Amino acid sequence: MIKVDNLYKSFGDTEVLKGISTSFEKGKTNLIIGQSGSGKTVFLKNLVGLFHPEKGSIYYDERRYQDLSPKERRDLRKEIGMVFQGGALFDSMNIEENVKFPLRMFTKLTSAEMKNRVEEVLERVNLENVNQRFPAEISGGMQKRVSIARAIVNRPKFLFCDEPNSGLDPRTATVIDNLIQELTKEYDITTIINTHDMNSVFEIGEKIVYLQNGVLAWEGTKDEIHHSDNKDLSDFVYSSDLFRKVKKAYQKGL
Amino acid sequence: MNYVSSLGLYLIMIKDTFRRMTKRSVLWRLIFQEINDLVLKSIGIVVFISFFIGAVITIQTALNLTNPLIPKELIGYAARQSILLEFAPTFVSVIMAGKVGSYITSSIGTMRVTEQIDALEVMGINALNYLVFPKIIAMLVYPFLIGISMFVGIMGAYLAGVYGGFLDGDQFLTGLKDDFIPFHLFYAFFKTFVFAFLLATIPAFHGFYMKGGALEVGKASTTSFVWTSVVIIITNYIITQLLLS
Repeated sequence: MIKVDNLYKSFGDTEVLKGISTSFEKGKTNLIIGQSGSGKTVFLKNLVGLFHPEKGSIYYDERRYQDLSPKERRDLRKEIGMVFQGGALFDSMNIEENVKFPLRMFTKLTSAEMKNRVEEVLERVNLENVNQRFPAEISGGMQKRVSIARAIVNRPKFLFCDEPNSGLDPRTATVIDNLIQELTKEYDITTIINTHDMNSVFEIGEKIVYLQNGVLAWEGTKDEIHHSDNKDLSDFVYSSDLFRKVKKAYQKGL
Repeated sequence: MNYVSSLGLYLIMIKDTFRRMTKRSVLWRLIFQEINDLVLKSIGIVVFISFFIGAVITIQTALNLTNPLIPKELIGYAARQSILLEFAPTFVSVIMAGKVGSYITSSIGTMRVTEQIDALEVMGINALNYLVFPKIIAMLVYPFLIGISMFVGIMGAYLAGVYGGFLDGDQFLTGLKDDFIPFHLFYAFFKTFVFAFLLATIPAFHGFYMKGGALEVGKASTTSFVWTSVVIIITNYIITQLLLS
């Protein structure tokens, strides 16, 4: 579980996060949504430790990040897996080496054990016969799946995904969404996904946090979103005609 | 003020590069990879440039020695001094600022743009140690490249002098050995080590701290080449003043 308490982050005079407090439960797919510039990415980067908040606390399973020693922070990072928007695969390594990378860096597994673990996770994300290919030689959807495989290969407790299905066709995006949700249940991890894809919201949003101008404007489940009286949230979620029809159908009980 | 803060950031980068070392087995692999990419892959261009510059130095020296009272051996002497003291260590390093420096800036800059550096940091890896330290260690082999440049440059000078009909082989070799001061070799290799460090770290600085997209990677490579060259030239002056004057 990850708990955030009164988080503030600024860049110069611009206050990007303004006192965010919320919690993300284990075994659930937690989504952070909001318009471009609402502070989603900054919030996620604070959660993974790439940015440091000016004020506030972040608790990872009761451990307050700000109170941890540098060594404890490094150990905590080994419990984190992250899927980046563009995949962030290492260009100079082939797929097998990319997925093996966290194991080589942080475990004392033998080569054979590492290879087995890599095979296991690649199979889990439905990728076969790509081990020797380089990131540039595979499709965007495959790159995302490799990125997920790399994020879970060291059995993390916390999984962060920054817009995991951006740039993907709707079908592949759904496959990625479902894969992340399955892995969250299977490995019982705390998953936080940063997205502005409404399909993801209605497919896998077990908890949704809506940010607006750096403030937590609404939180709830995908079912509660239909009954929300937050106008900005409604405008954001139901900006397309399709989702307006979904809302009407939902309210009619269809 | 901007330059001062950049210098401060550069020094912090150097300090952080030597902290929290990457796992040794991984580091060795990275170092050998960098020796191949930065030094061994530069041998061809260095040999090519050194040979012809050595030849041109001989021809120009010979053509400017019109006074019959000046011995021909001076051509060999001048070629040796030019190549050993300046051409091989300094000007090959400026050329390497273009070749190796651009490679370092663009490769690290691309990793920054595509969030590969963020990925390393999220995993708890010291990205500076992982990316820059192997380059610094690999560049310890760089003086070997400069040694080749000196040898090939003098070969070029000899062949152009003898086969161009400016002097005979014995005259060139006499001039080559004449008044040789071993300390000059120390001076040349000492500054080569300093340049090697600059060649690894200044381009890495420009790549690591760049912001923006693909266009900015190109701009960072150009800026990196300019700054690496400028710092090499100024450092060359300071070292020469301290060691030779």
